[in-house]
Amino acid sequence: MSIGLAVFFAFIAATLGITYWAAKHSRGASAYFAAGRRITAWQNGFAVAGDFMSAASFLGIVGLIALQGFDGFLYAVGGFVAFVTILLLIAEPLRNTGKYTMGDVLAYRLRPRPVRALAALSTLATILFYMIAQMVGAGALVALLLANSGISYNMAVTGVGILMMVYVVFGGMLATTWVQIIKAMILSTCVLVLTVMVIGHFNFRLGEFFAAASHVAYHQKDQLLVRDFLQPGLHYKPPYGPVDLISLSLVFICGTAGLPHILVKFYTVPDAQTARKSVVWAMILIGGFYGMTSVLGLGAAVIVGPDYIVTHGGTNMSGPLLAQALAGDVFLALVSVVAFATILAVVAGLTISASTSFAHDFWVNVIHRGVERESGETVLVARVSALVVGAVAIVIAIALGPASNAGILATLGMAVAASANFPVIALSIFWRRFNTAGAIAGLSVGLLASIGLILASPNFMGIDPNNRSAALHHLIQAKAWFPLENVGIVSVPLGFLAAILGTLLSNEPSAEAKFNEFMVRANTGLGAEEASGKAIAS
Amino acid sequence: MELNAGSTCTIPQHRECSMTLPAQPSSQNFPDRAEWDRLATGAQFQDLLARKKAFILPAFLFFLVYYLLLPILVGYAPTLMSNQVFGTVTLAYLFALSQFVVGWTIAGLYLMASKKFDKIIESLLTRAKGSEGGK
Repeated sequence: MSIGLAVFFAFIAATLGITYWAAKHSRGASAYFAAGRRITAWQNGFAVAGDFMSAASFLGIVGLIALQGFDGFLYAVGGFVAFVTILLLIAEPLRNTGKYTMGDVLAYRLRPRPVRALAALSTLATILFYMIAQMVGAGALVALLLANSGISYNMAVTGVGILMMVYVVFGGMLATTWVQIIKAMILSTCVLVLTVMVIGHFNFRLGEFFAAASHVAYHQKDQLLVRDFLQPGLHYKPPYGPVDLISLSLVFICGTAGLPHILVKFYTVPDAQTARKSVVWAMILIGGFYGMTSVLGLGAAVIVGPDYIVTHGGTNMSGPLLAQALAGDVFLALVSVVAFATILAVVAGLTISASTSFAHDFWVNVIHRGVERESGETVLVARVSALVVGAVAIVIAIALGPASNAGILATLGMAVAASANFPVIALSIFWRRFNTAGAIAGLSVGLLASIGLILASPNFMGIDPNNRSAALHHLIQAKAWFPLENVGIVSVPLGFLAAILGTLLSNEPSAEAKFNEFMVRANTGLGAEEASGKAIAS
Repeated sequence: MELNAGSTCTIPQHRECSMTLPAQPSSQNFPDRAEWDRLATGAQFQDLLARKKAFILPAFLFFLVYYLLLPILVGYAPTLMSNQVFGTVTLAYLFALSQFVVGWTIAGLYLMASKKFDKIIESLLTRAKGSEGGK
């Protein structure tokens, strides 16, 4: 425990130091919201990877693989390939045409007020799901780690929340980015060490490892089962399994490119070329990371065993429990602390993107029609809303406690992003005819369809047997109206359809006329926001 | 002077920023609408678009098909995908791992192809700014 705590306090001290440094060197909105646009390619690659390698992936996906074998691995594959969409279609035009938020890209040639209001709303909705996922992971960790330490769950969550607020309120995007970079380094190292240890457990013979993974024994309804965890079909079974899988895949390739806290990262680099290179850096890190999660997940299934995982903290604890089985309590503490630092960093990243969208899209551009009444107002509003978001996150975390799998919850946030955000971003970049009515229709239908279907899906609806543990509790005790866990296959096409129909049923010559300008700027960077180099250097 | 750190200026490069500009990207600044249209329809920009399209469209479609084959095959042909290829390692697992290789390959190819795009952009921007200076 003591080494783990030492690492934890070292991380906190380092990140607070960064925050102090960032606060001293940041002046003005571009510095606060976009780190002065001076982050380099590898730095942003690490920061994006850090944002994406959340508690949901480290804790959630390892857990899904440990309990569902190959089917859980599909979450990892989806998380990686999603960045191909971002690389080829989104990152560069976004960097060239926007300023701080995804709302900027939409408002460029559409009527800014309605579009920004809805963009801010769907940003907040996406982030809320994501935030809940992180907090669930934190709750499970705290419950396991601090079981007999005298620190209560509520105290720990409040502490995390306050630290996160300090990063965001004082350090802005610069501090948040560097917290992510450091965290991504620590987390990758930790996963690499664990992977080597798992393979080492099988005397560095991959054949032995995979042979063991093909015979995993566990109990289900008091029956002993032996299953091949390298074969598909453990979780996604007919009749709806295959459709559910395709739906999940669709959500990944569209949803990641609509995640507000990932998109804002591309505003922190000096130009589109750097944005492009930073996506490739992120792909190298994320690919390596998710490839290794399959070793960790299968390792947890073999070495720890699904039975033990389910009775000792649930799916989210598979990674930490694996560390404990391999190297004892010290390593359990170490890994848990790394996971905790991850949650802290990701929640900070989510908070700053939520508060940026509120301050920039909603406060300044919707309420005050794009005019800052006094200089520094946007930053002030963002700081205040970061405090509010932080407080809300603390309350939600305390109200929730450890519930369901963090990986699945994060995927739901992605379903909202895929159905509401992605269609309108993609269409506004590539379709000349696209207009305000289309954006409004796409955003609102995408939002309503995804959230509505999620609430009606087996994630929230289900009848729990009386003897089930609280860990698998369904919010609504009724048979699910919608049969799939992943709603994307219905809600993403609905979002696109609404955006296209809304556009075709209306006419907005000014939006079309501005497409030439948008296209030149998106593809060449002419007129794009520049780095505020001199100000920070002086 | 740290005055301009939070510049809200949206004017193209090499121009003094004024602090009073609106936060919205605006076409009232240079270049004006006619200038943007001229740039957009110019041969060089059309060449850039055509080259980008020639890479990005097939690359993205290939990626889409290759990736969606994974859930489709896993979902609808589980027996085929459960075939053990090396020891106990299944076809499904190898196909999933190959997604990483394909993703990295597309990224590498795109980085190479984009060097050409960047050259065209550079020459286009030099000319655009040259004509601006000559006004």
